[in-house]
Amino acid sequence: MNESVDVLIIGAGASGAAVAWSLAETKMHILCLDQGGWMNPAAYPSTGRDWEARFFGDYSPSPNIRARPEDYPINDDNSPIKVVNFNGVGGSTVMYTAHFPRLHPSDFKVKTLDGVADDWPIDYDTLAPFFAENDRMMGVSGLSGDPAFPPTDPPMPPLPLGRSGAALGKAMNKLGWHWWPSDTTVATTDYEGRARCINLGHCTPACAQGAKASTDITYWPAALRAGVELRTHCRVREITTNEHGMASGVVYYDEDGVEQFQAAEVVIIACNGIGTPRLLLNSASGRFPNGLANSSGLVGKNLMFHPYAQVYGFVEEVTDSNRAPPICLWSKEFYETDLSRGFVRGYAIQFGRGVGPVFEAVMSEGKGILPWGPDHHRVFRRLNGHRLAASAICEDLPEEHNRVTLDPQLKDSHGIPAPKVDYRIGGNSVKMMEHGIARAKEVLAAAGATDICVNSPILYGGWHLLGTARMGTDPERSVVNEWGRSHDVKNLFIVDGSVFVTSGGVNPTSTIQAIALYIADQMKSRLADLFD
Amino acid sequence: MSTEPALTPAQRDDLRAVAAMIIPESAEYKVPGADDLKIQADILATLGRDTKLVREALDYLARLAAKPLADLDPAKREAVANEFRSSGGAAAATLTRVVLQCYYRDDRVLRSLGLELRPPFPQGYTLEQGDWSLLDPVKARPAMWRRVP
Repeated sequence: MNESVDVLIIGAGASGAAVAWSLAETKMHILCLDQGGWMNPAAYPSTGRDWEARFFGDYSPSPNIRARPEDYPINDDNSPIKVVNFNGVGGSTVMYTAHFPRLHPSDFKVKTLDGVADDWPIDYDTLAPFFAENDRMMGVSGLSGDPAFPPTDPPMPPLPLGRSGAALGKAMNKLGWHWWPSDTTVATTDYEGRARCINLGHCTPACAQGAKASTDITYWPAALRAGVELRTHCRVREITTNEHGMASGVVYYDEDGVEQFQAAEVVIIACNGIGTPRLLLNSASGRFPNGLANSSGLVGKNLMFHPYAQVYGFVEEVTDSNRAPPICLWSKEFYETDLSRGFVRGYAIQFGRGVGPVFEAVMSEGKGILPWGPDHHRVFRRLNGHRLAASAICEDLPEEHNRVTLDPQLKDSHGIPAPKVDYRIGGNSVKMMEHGIARAKEVLAAAGATDICVNSPILYGGWHLLGTARMGTDPERSVVNEWGRSHDVKNLFIVDGSVFVTSGGVNPTSTIQAIALYIADQMKSRLADLFD
Repeated sequence: MSTEPALTPAQRDDLRAVAAMIIPESAEYKVPGADDLKIQADILATLGRDTKLVREALDYLARLAAKPLADLDPAKREAVANEFRSSGGAAAATLTRVVLQCYYRDDRVLRSLGLELRPPFPQGYTLEQGDWSLLDPVKARPAMWRRVP
């Protein structure tokens, strides 16, 4: 029999780690369960000669391809964008590009400003101190003074421009468009026990140097020192409730596959936009027949991905290719609404530095620009090390038909029903992607690129899993309130990307973690009447 | 652990033949073809989770060719390869990727490309700062983020 805990957190990723660390100062008994284990950087792909090949196998971003014991399958057949994530201590921060923009102030007020979707019940100013705290904890490298964003103060200088950044910056200047070095959680100096970046280049599938911030090396060491308990290889099947309609704990399978019950006074879900609705729907009971915390019927609905429209080409000069982090520049030139473009809201452009030889060969052969036969060698030498890329990351508006449900057949290794994703790209997003492709082609043309290729959407581009347990003040139109507490279950909180009301047009990890810290702060300030 | 070879001898022969079609040897660049024995050995040793799809691809190739690929005359072999690429789906793409990922980590090939024969870690690479004065016109722009009421 497990001893009851004060706070039980499900998921040790971006948000679970942040909320655990923040709550630790309360000295409550805090336990986190994660279905995965601790990572071993010595085994990360960039330590071996097969570093690129492993991206197609055990370090694929797709859990369906990767299929590690920690992963659960996802039926995403009915989606043009496939779900990508990572399961383990650190969650998807182990396997992300470390691009670290924040949502803009306007992103929280889309109904007021543009008459679409809904406003958030919180705003940028509310989150600002938590963004700053998270920047310090994760260790952000960037440059203050971006005219496209309110003032920020990254603790480390930005990544170098490099050859790719300089080529892209010149092209953007020709067009007169905004660009700026991207904020990133890749450390450019030694920082809080982390070694600085040495340009391994293959950042996304985990950083062997430890320069890229993942929560297993940022928040978790601090949280553990502060007394938080983290139990690994524990997969939660369901959240249980008592006769008062309160969460009473969870049923999980331990490392040996043995079913366990863990009682808790407070349950916090941090499983992100697919895992969280899956868990709530799997927690249906006589009291909550449609799934836990689902009186609104919105659990699993309004899934937002950020459709990516990627354009790349090849220049005569040598680019940084794989000899630098992929993170380079961003542009917010088309971020805010301009109805003359034919759509509402907007997108950021992410610029990439290039790829390694295997990626170049595989992608270019697949696109038909790298031939088979004797001419292969000449063409490959023209392409390899000469790539520049631009991706429009488009704001995805919430639509209820885009949803996560439980698959009637598919189950994980513990027999727990797997999630099923039904998603289609909305008309506004399609127009936005077309606009982004046209602008990206202009940039690449200005840089002198040829052999232009397009991936729209990026098939395995479902990194950002948002909106499936949205935040709001109206219990009929939202799952959690403005400080993350379930409207239906007063001791149940959600702190991950599923609480997003709208998606913005930037990578969400920074905002997810700021929200987790904000909710933790709200909980700490309301401890005396947390359940009222 | 199974000791059964991942591919039959006939499949290995066809794999070698199609690999040579993807990347033939080049005297100009002083590189082997992808049918090189060392590269083929790397492919076979590391097929792993790709084995099933590669087998499917080779079965499909065998059906298209109706005889060992190497025995076809060049025109027919080219026609089979074109059909394989256009209609082979995920299996053909996997076979091609497996050939490419082993070819482009071979020492001789990397040396020809001027790349270092090592993994990224622990040495890493040097990234030049670049010309930060390029950012001056952007810094001079007025604030452009949208205010909210």
